[in-house]
Amino acid sequence: MPHAAPSTFTGSADGIAILVLLTEFAMLRAQLLSSQVRLYAFQSLVVTVLAVVVAATRHIDELYLLAALSFVLKVVIVPRVVLRLLSHAEVDLAGSSAFGVATMIAIAIAASIFGFFSIGALHVQSTALPSTALAISVAVVLVAFVLIILRSDVVSQAIGFFSLENGVSVASLVVASGLPLIVDVAFLFDLLAAVVVFGVLMRIHHRRTKTLSTEPLDRLRG
Amino acid sequence: MNKALLAIAIVPLVAAVATWWTPAVISKTITICSGIAVFVLGLTLIPSATAHAYLSAGPALRVDALSVVFLVPTTFLYATTAIFSVGYLRPPEGEAGRRYARRFYAGLNVFCWSMAVAPLLNGLALLWVAIEVTTVISVLLVAIDDTDRAAEAAWKYVLLASLGLGIALLATIFMYYAGSRVFGSSYDLSYGKLLSGAHGFPKGIVRLADVLAVLGFGTKMGLVPVHTWLPDAHSEAPTPISALLSGALLATSFYAILRFFQISVRCLGPTFPRTVLLVFGLASLVLAALYLLSQRDLKRLLAYSSVEHMGILAIGMSFSAPIAIVGVLLHVIAHGAAKGTAFFGAGSIVRKFKTKDMLRIRGGVGLLPWSGPMLVLAVLGLSAMPPFGIFRSEFLIVAGGLSDPQDTVAAVLVVLVTVAFFGLSWFTTETMLTPVPERERPGVARGETSRFIVVAMLLGLAGLVVLGVHVPGQLSGLLHNAATQLEAAR
Repeated sequence: MPHAAPSTFTGSADGIAILVLLTEFAMLRAQLLSSQVRLYAFQSLVVTVLAVVVAATRHIDELYLLAALSFVLKVVIVPRVVLRLLSHAEVDLAGSSAFGVATMIAIAIAASIFGFFSIGALHVQSTALPSTALAISVAVVLVAFVLIILRSDVVSQAIGFFSLENGVSVASLVVASGLPLIVDVAFLFDLLAAVVVFGVLMRIHHRRTKTLSTEPLDRLRG
Repeated sequence: MNKALLAIAIVPLVAAVATWWTPAVISKTITICSGIAVFVLGLTLIPSATAHAYLSAGPALRVDALSVVFLVPTTFLYATTAIFSVGYLRPPEGEAGRRYARRFYAGLNVFCWSMAVAPLLNGLALLWVAIEVTTVISVLLVAIDDTDRAAEAAWKYVLLASLGLGIALLATIFMYYAGSRVFGSSYDLSYGKLLSGAHGFPKGIVRLADVLAVLGFGTKMGLVPVHTWLPDAHSEAPTPISALLSGALLATSFYAILRFFQISVRCLGPTFPRTVLLVFGLASLVLAALYLLSQRDLKRLLAYSSVEHMGILAIGMSFSAPIAIVGVLLHVIAHGAAKGTAFFGAGSIVRKFKTKDMLRIRGGVGLLPWSGPMLVLAVLGLSAMPPFGIFRSEFLIVAGGLSDPQDTVAAVLVVLVTVAFFGLSWFTTETMLTPVPERERPGVARGETSRFIVVAMLLGLAGLVVLGVHVPGQLSGLLHNAATQLEAAR
């Protein structure tokens, strides 16, 4: 079956989704928490660019507003909040993980291959929407899970969740950009609230345990 | 435009703002009034939701019979928890205590608002937003006591619930993707639209969305294996919040799962969505029944009982007989009343004995003349003893299961529920009924700690008995309507 060349929209969406996935891998590799946060800021910037691309190619003007909001929140505010916490805590080395970096990357590659092909196996071809970018965004979500599970400090876990949200944003931009703006704004508002709560709890954790490691969190079990 | 609907969506928010700015005495009154008002408003929706296919207020609010079924336990617990909180909370004197009370009551109102509004919203996307709001606010309420244990519980809760909701959002997006086949690339995810077009959605994507939704929202509902935050958060939160988490929040997440179920049934037929729920439900029931046998912490015991009941709900949905679905919906309401009452009783115990450790609590019935016996009754209610509501609902579920071609599941259900009954009632009755001689309990005098606690428990038990002895005709009609809507193929 001959394939038609991808449209500008599909091509750029796929390219940007790949960039988001690569950033996720870089975060998994990063040993310094501050570089992890900077990588997250970069990833969010890439997602914002995707929002602009979608707005321009599909002529959805509201998405420009969404892109602006997401830029302010995810590229500026979230990284700043976390970096301030880091400088306050005077810790920068990520918590030791159960596996070495090479093993973590190998697990993440396996997870992303699984995500990519399991979406591919659904055999959905849509003329209106790019399915490759959708499959990649599922891979991003799975790699974020690997990051959260294997890292043992609260900052990595929080950043892991925020980047998971970036993966879901990519999926939502390529697939559901036709949703009413109010819903998108509500999503962002929710993320903002979640960021505040994560920030508050990270502070409480640091104040109570004097560390960012999750090792003291083993009192409740059974 | 339905005014009651609009009022339910507004009153708790107004109460939240008001409690933030008023002194503690007034904010207690406001919270109780708002709780009772919203509960009554919810009840007034029952006749019209039974008579009409749906009611709406603007494009965003739409309720059908299923929504109202879930509105009832949430608003009931809002009212009773507000009353209970007045008796239970003992904030320290001075500025710190005032700040605590202000945060608590404002948070309680926002939390109840988010749970009450979730079933009123029209569409999967808005529903997701509301459930995310319930997470954000309830995490803060879990952490409000500011102890090491509360901070740990809150961290586990926020991380797991956020990840779960991340997956649930992915499920919502996949559902949108499925719908774009029928509606094109720009539409909203309102129920009317999704249900009317569901039979034309691509099946593979809907299957994926259904599994992701059960996994994602199941995290907040406490389904095994994604339940691990639940016992921690339930045991470390202030007791009023534990009651709301268990009786109302878990049900709200179940409501979201049922909405995906409803759409999936129309697209895929009933077999696939039922099997998914059966797998998660069985896992939850097995694990919870075993954990119930080894708990020492009273609130953890009740938390595992919630996992057990969520498992029963999921299994009940997997039965094909309509009577089982009616049982499941009744179970949601009855569990709310029973678990609320049980947590109120646990709160009374905690206030009296200053511990949750059941090995150190003895003679509860003798020392707490009202709340002690009522806690025992609530636990018997939770274990599906007649004449309480859960007896009726589990009876309907099991009866439906036995008429199913695969009636082994119903048999397994009965066995596991019996194991859970053993664990739950053994420990609590031992704690409550073992008499203690006067000289062995220095400093613990006979008597209730607060009348508000007793009133809240009386209301909860009354609700539970009403549901068990005779389900009011209108409510019964509502349950049957909702069950029919859930299973409708077109």
